[in-house]
Amino acid sequence: MTLAAPDTLARSGASSGAASPRTSVFGSPAIDCDLHIAVPSIKALMPYLDAYWRQQFVTRGIDRLSWNLTSDPPGAPISGRPDWRPATGKPGTSLPLLREKALDGFGVELAIANCIYGGAALHSEDMASVVCSAMNDWIAKEWLDAEPRLRASIVVPMNNPELAAQEIERCASDNRFAQVSMLVAQGEPLGKRRHWPIYAAAEKHGLPVCLHAGSLYHHPMTTNGYGSYFLEDYVAQAFAFESAVLSLVSEGVFAKYPALKIVFAESGVTWLPAALWRFNKTWRGVRAEIPWVKRPPMDIVRDNIRLTLQPFDEPDGAGRLERFCEQMKSDRMVLFSSDFPHWHYEGTDALPISPKSGLARRILYDNPRETFPRLGLRELAR
Amino acid sequence: MSRQRHVVAAIDEVGPGTSKRVNVAGRDIALFNVGGEFFALANKCPHESGPLCQGKIIGLAVADEPGKYRIERDGEFVKCSWHGWEFDIRTGQSWCDPATVRVRAYDTAVENGETLVRGPYVAETFPVAIEQNYVVVEI
Repeated sequence: MTLAAPDTLARSGASSGAASPRTSVFGSPAIDCDLHIAVPSIKALMPYLDAYWRQQFVTRGIDRLSWNLTSDPPGAPISGRPDWRPATGKPGTSLPLLREKALDGFGVELAIANCIYGGAALHSEDMASVVCSAMNDWIAKEWLDAEPRLRASIVVPMNNPELAAQEIERCASDNRFAQVSMLVAQGEPLGKRRHWPIYAAAEKHGLPVCLHAGSLYHHPMTTNGYGSYFLEDYVAQAFAFESAVLSLVSEGVFAKYPALKIVFAESGVTWLPAALWRFNKTWRGVRAEIPWVKRPPMDIVRDNIRLTLQPFDEPDGAGRLERFCEQMKSDRMVLFSSDFPHWHYEGTDALPISPKSGLARRILYDNPRETFPRLGLRELAR
Repeated sequence: MSRQRHVVAAIDEVGPGTSKRVNVAGRDIALFNVGGEFFALANKCPHESGPLCQGKIIGLAVADEPGKYRIERDGEFVKCSWHGWEFDIRTGQSWCDPATVRVRAYDTAVENGETLVRGPYVAETFPVAIEQNYVVVEI
């Protein structure tokens, strides 16, 4: 990775406190906190592997596998809006399309890319680790070097938290990585101490940890076993986020790492208050089990958890986003996201409130800036 | 109406670490002995009205970080027998929501029989012996 040239720093807006941020289609500056780039095929990563792994990938035929995640099928309608799909290849693989439709299309100042890929989910801890390193180097070179408005998420091998923490350390000096990213449904609850090296490294470097919808399929998406349809799996992602809230708070992740921010990406958002009413109520009676939790869970969640906007679950025109903020007693939790190229809405109709409202400004810009401290850094790359 | 002092029990009826339900001027009160000090709370949890006199008397479970458990102020809290809410026996304050939830607490004192016989106090049906000490609740 190389230092961004001075002219690209100047153009990227956030890199200079003096420059006024660009105005989005919503009339105020905006930062997109979840859009997607995709590894077109394993072959794209081959130049970023060392000699041993390149040879292994070829001799074992691994370079011909798809490694598409079951929870993110590229052919499903929801995975790529028709006008956001490239002519060939998977949704999210075209930088020109991303520039035109997402960055220019919404007029965002910056956008944080997530790259969801089966390579990070492999059971082989070493192979998952080298694939993640290759992905991060590929992201930096092929995407971040090419587009100064783009920021990215450090992909980590989820099955080995020590190797994941090492990968965070390796990439952290490149400030274009704004967060760490993992899938929300893994082999065990995410608050367990086994995962803490990831949270320690992330907190140390001012990196929020994004938990993105998706599963390693070590378990079914529902607690009652495997369903039959994509529909069931997709809807059940919200239950995995509920489990994550429960585990992160109960196991004391935020007691141990109070500065850590967890960002839920593609959670649906509006399920959260009801889950917390139940959590708060039950905690009152059994809080002695977890005495490190010294405040009602909802208060902790309000301080430490953030949610990307799209997909946003609401009955049409029901004012649910305002209601969510009332119920959570906070307008600081929701972060604007286009979720490009996923198909949740048409045109640029990604904002379920009036763009003129103060809440819109917070969600579009202030909340992202407060959540991702690295977006404000001048010195971008190592 | 000015507050009155009510004799509610001889001190040896409520041993250290125990509680006793008493009725004072028609009010249901839970009397606690914390290491020789007496405290009186309304016998009604502010959550769902559970009888606090039946709650376990406990210490406060605390932790400076996950996994480091210890007990503080042992014997100074009561855990409602219905839903487990914890209250500070000394103040009636809820531990889980101290800002908004508390049990009504009443002032108590220990007085000897000789003082009480001189009055004024209210113990219409309570025989007071000069040589004994009593718990007095002010309502």
